[in-house]
Amino acid sequence: MSTVPVHTLADAEIGSSLWRDAWLRLRRNRLALAGFAVLALFILVAILTPWIAPYDYAQQNLDLGAAPPSADHWLGTDIFGRDLLTQIMYGGRISLAVGFIATAVALIIGVGWGAIAGYAGGRADAVMMRLVDILYALPFMIFIVLLMVVFGRNLLLLFLAIGAVEWLTMARIMRAQVQSLRQQEFVEAAVSLGLSPLVIIWRHVIPNALGPIIVYTTLTIPSVMLLEAFLSFLGLGVQPPETSWGLLISFGAETMEEYPWLLFFPGLVLALTLFALNFLGDGLRDALDVRGAKD
Amino acid sequence: MLKVNNLTISFTGREGIIRAVDNVDFSVVAGSTTAIIGESGSGKSVSCYGLLGLIPQPPGQIESGSALFLANDLLQLDKHALRKIRGRDIAMVFQDPMTCLNPYMRVGAQLMEPLRYHRGASRSEAKRQALDLMAEVGIREPAITINYYPHQFSGGMRQRVMIAMALINEPRLLIADEPTTALDVTVQAQILKLLCDIQAKRDIGILIISHDLAVVADIADQIIVMQEGKVVERGDRATIFRRPQHPYTRKLLASIPKGQKAPSPISPNPLVSVKKLCTWFKQHNETVKAVDDVSFDVYRGEVLGLVGESGSGKSTLGRSLLNLVPATSGQILFDGQDVIALAAGDLKSLRRRMQIIFQDPFASLNPRMTVYDTLAEPLLLHKLETRSSVAERVLQIMDEVGLARHFVRKYPHEFSGGQRQRIAIGRALATRPEFIVADEAVSALDVTIQAQILELMQTLAQEHGLTMLFISHDLAVIRQLADRIVVLHNGKIVEQADTTTLFEHPKRDYTRQLLEAIPGKSLL
Repeated sequence: MSTVPVHTLADAEIGSSLWRDAWLRLRRNRLALAGFAVLALFILVAILTPWIAPYDYAQQNLDLGAAPPSADHWLGTDIFGRDLLTQIMYGGRISLAVGFIATAVALIIGVGWGAIAGYAGGRADAVMMRLVDILYALPFMIFIVLLMVVFGRNLLLLFLAIGAVEWLTMARIMRAQVQSLRQQEFVEAAVSLGLSPLVIIWRHVIPNALGPIIVYTTLTIPSVMLLEAFLSFLGLGVQPPETSWGLLISFGAETMEEYPWLLFFPGLVLALTLFALNFLGDGLRDALDVRGAKD
Repeated sequence: MLKVNNLTISFTGREGIIRAVDNVDFSVVAGSTTAIIGESGSGKSVSCYGLLGLIPQPPGQIESGSALFLANDLLQLDKHALRKIRGRDIAMVFQDPMTCLNPYMRVGAQLMEPLRYHRGASRSEAKRQALDLMAEVGIREPAITINYYPHQFSGGMRQRVMIAMALINEPRLLIADEPTTALDVTVQAQILKLLCDIQAKRDIGILIISHDLAVVADIADQIIVMQEGKVVERGDRATIFRRPQHPYTRKLLASIPKGQKAPSPISPNPLVSVKKLCTWFKQHNETVKAVDDVSFDVYRGEVLGLVGESGSGKSTLGRSLLNLVPATSGQILFDGQDVIALAAGDLKSLRRRMQIIFQDPFASLNPRMTVYDTLAEPLLLHKLETRSSVAERVLQIMDEVGLARHFVRKYPHEFSGGQRQRIAIGRALATRPEFIVADEAVSALDVTIQAQILELMQTLAQEHGLTMLFISHDLAVIRQLADRIVVLHNGKIVEQADTTTLFEHPKRDYTRQLLEAIPGKSLL
């Protein structure tokens, strides 16, 4: 922080200082920036896929069959002669959407629920957390299968269903954080200033509980992607000729010995996404911790 | 017995090499007590830990020096030999006894273990010795308490257990690092006396490390004053206290709270009137009566001191007044309105008029809010300022509490304890309240900082015509600030009187005990 004398606050941006400072710190973390760039690239490609994909994803070429990478098909083709690069690009649309939307659902419900339960304490906390326990106890596959059976196979529903399962752990982590924060004197000071409970949770509690939440979020996104692959494999998620990274990997694994590129390239993009998320997550956690390294 | 020469210890950190201990000499003579005094960061602890090989290397490094102890140079010994000496001839007592005892092991077993394994005593022999030791350090009914777990003891008793453990191997030198800082004043007096008794009986040397000159005033023979890694003054007790040479020593002495506030005219109408207040908690199906049937008034413009030991309910009482902890029964009238019975909306406007300052300035500020955000929040909440005018007011508050303006965008962790307490005071004063509860507001600070903050609070209280409830365990501090004093013990009021009367004619035994336990009475 500069030591330029401040006599008026004209030069100090007000109100969003935590986020602005976090961004400044994040910009100095190269690994996190690289992760951010990779994710941004993948998302951009996913959005533009219908226009930039080299082939039609459903177009088969049975004469060609499974061919290794070549000038025409950079990443090779699958056993039906479909271009693998195109498949990965279209698969990324599904996988990234599932990963981010389902995790966002989990994040919003989980953080909100956990923060309120932890802050309210007492009976409200007991009721809210027992509900979480009950949902935990339900075999979640059955829960998702039931949802799919009742409402039909619907991609949006898939997002919501996975999110609705993943928020439980998020809520527990958040509640534990909030319970310890609630004892802190700065929260008591906020009460004595006359702030309302919701403002206290939003301004004083949640920002101080973000560290573990961010780390858990970056772990949730890939696990959600794999969950989608599993559901798709069972026939509950996306169906061919539509595809996702998870599906490509599971098909690739079957033919790994004859056509290794069918496993290698989808696996590579998933791994890259994972690394990018991890680095970005660590970077975000450090950036949001004001006690971390400053200039 | 112990002679340390030219000890220099440095640490390599992010900011480069820091010399934590710079060319320090001191010695301890058998049968006498040497005290090292200094504020946090003065290097007083590092210099002792360095002798015993207890600082991690790297980042620490002992650059030079020697430490002769019974014809050995501790700094030249290898790890193994040093460990032997550490266990046998030099024993240590730390500040917080709870963290040094295994919570899952009975106290007796923890005492007997070293006796059995290091000295080969039989089970019955070890038990007999453990009982003797417990009796020696003044633990009541050792035959029963030998089977207790650490949590069943009070803080003072745990410290006695620690001292007993330190004595097991009959050390020649006892190093006590802030041994009484975590304890109540009355207990502190007992532990200090215990150390003196043990020394007289066993003829051992004691090296005591403390931030508080008053604590060592009664027991130290030699005093060494450290500042920023250097010894600034040394001498026997009488010289240090009567004829201090170095300006820093004088400053430390001047910072010891003493003297009494000149009585100020008090208006006859109470601002806060507490009637039959009870705050009870349910804990494991037991009712803990933290505050039990307490009635008193705080008059407009006065500072009312509330004194009590830990567990007396003084903090709960302070929080109950502001409705931070729900009261069980009774009335709290603030300017005629009952705080307990108020609806949420009315309570919010009342909150503007009453504020609290907490003990721990590290916990009482949101670590993710800048000074600006912290100070602007109450102003905007109560619509005392608009978004455009708030900045100017924030800077004014910073001036008032003595914080430089360019700190405005800094986060709490970038400040020292004293500066943080200034921020907390600024936040409490931002809404221009009439009534302030100061809960141990200076207890966590170094003495010189404590003196500054007390002065600041006094000035601000006068300028703003504040009414204050000043809660503390430290009667010397309270005497300096308060017009009247309420003594709380086990949730009940033991005595209340104006400051002069309480100090000169205490009515109750408990008050007398508290007065006698004030460290360094001879200085007052």
